[in-house]
Amino acid sequence: MAPVTEILISFFIVVSGIFGLVGSYGLIKLRDTMQRLHAPTKATTLGVGGALIASMLYFLLVKDSFSFHELLITLFLFLTAPITANFISKAFMVSNLRPKDVPETGRDYGWAIYDDPPQLKEPEAEGKGE
Amino acid sequence: MIEIALLFAFGCYSLGLLFNLWRITRGPDAADRILALDTMVINVIALLILYGIREGTSVYYEASMLVAMVGFVSTVAYCRFILRGDIIE
Repeated sequence: MAPVTEILISFFIVVSGIFGLVGSYGLIKLRDTMQRLHAPTKATTLGVGGALIASMLYFLLVKDSFSFHELLITLFLFLTAPITANFISKAFMVSNLRPKDVPETGRDYGWAIYDDPPQLKEPEAEGKGE
Repeated sequence: MIEIALLFAFGCYSLGLLFNLWRITRGPDAADRILALDTMVINVIALLILYGIREGTSVYYEASMLVAMVGFVSTVAYCRFILRGDIIE
């Protein structure tokens, strides 16, 4: 195996390890729950991303076999990370913030965690008499 | 060289898992514990991928894909239980 290949793969593996450690260290270092929500995104994007790039390069350059599985894992993680962050912040809000702590939404209905969902109007309500 | 880098990354992710465990035991709020569990799943995915590089097989992609899916579903289910007191209404 060429030295350049080895250095490249090792670089991505080391970057992945450092960012995974930073993401988990921020989880115990930061003070607030909403601040802590920020830290593991580093581990999600750069940590797992670096490991997946290293894996793709290893199997492409050393084993001579290209596979799309890593791209699938990356796509899945990038799609689900905002959804889990949204749900965790909602779970924090529902137990720590009162409705007067948050600003007005500026819409017809309020925050989703405090108010019921808006009721849709039934268009055929007066159409069918009997 | 790849072997040394892999050992370094294994150490980093293992230390990260210990940090997450500390946050799960100490976390003042349920949201902290859910967040630490979600980060644990992320770290386990990275560990599985790196272990696949070390072993030289591509079997571990399927395992890490399954762990990613199960982790997402369990995080959302736990958050919905906190939010509404019910998972599927």
